[in-house]
Amino acid sequence: MTLREIKDLLQAEVICGDDRLEEEIKFAGGSDLMSDVLAFSKPGILLLTGLTNAQSVRTADIIEAKAIVYVRGKKPEKAGIEIAEKKGIPILSTAYMMYKACGLLYSHGLPGVSEYRKKG
Amino acid sequence: MTMDDENRLHQNFEISGGDFSKAGNISTKIKEILQEIGIDSSIIRRTAIVAYEAEMNVVMYANRGNIALTLTPEQIHLELEDEGPGIKDIKLAMQEGYSTATDEMREMGFGAGMGLPNIKRNADKFEISSTAGKGTSLNIKIFLNQERKK
Repeated sequence: MTLREIKDLLQAEVICGDDRLEEEIKFAGGSDLMSDVLAFSKPGILLLTGLTNAQSVRTADIIEAKAIVYVRGKKPEKAGIEIAEKKGIPILSTAYMMYKACGLLYSHGLPGVSEYRKKG
Repeated sequence: MTMDDENRLHQNFEISGGDFSKAGNISTKIKEILQEIGIDSSIIRRTAIVAYEAEMNVVMYANRGNIALTLTPEQIHLELEDEGPGIKDIKLAMQEGYSTATDEMREMGFGAGMGLPNIKRNADKFEISSTAGKGTSLNIKIFLNQERKK
């Protein structure tokens, strides 16, 4: 699923990285807890989160996330956007809450991080 | 960054306790250094996670700290020392879910009691020592050749 398809499904706004919407996303995970994200993610993950501080973007960079979706209409802090732009991490923001956003993506065929086994 | 006779790269980084605005800068820098050298991406990722969790611990709990990165042809070596409250019960602190975090730390998305277990999980060698009231030291090694691990 491309980032553009994800944007359309979630009726999301593009906060940054609109030149990277054709990138392919293969799996996703949702959490507001960065420690969990650090523990259980895999490179290339689409991270859905409601945590908007700069640490959410920093964590995404450390784990090599492909993109971030902020849920419940949230938008990241300016410092976070600056990191994302520098590191080339696209950011979307959707009005949907975490459960619905994840459910929509999952029901359209985007697997969770624990199900995605093709590469490490 | 310095390089000595034995082909070792070494760099020290200072961490300010309580400075949440800069939290993660050092881990990002370490990640960039390893990327420039061309280390295997899965090893960079593990090192970055280890450094980030450790850096966050210093920012959250300690007054100040230091991370020393030493890269040899065999391994990545991270030595952390902080001045702070230390850890009274290391065994307890190593348990997933045990935490003494404040609400502020939890609002940052941390403080869930995953930090030290997460560091251990991503390291090939992990040592921790701490003196209550003084500070904590971590000694972490990640081998570049993963076949040597066992």
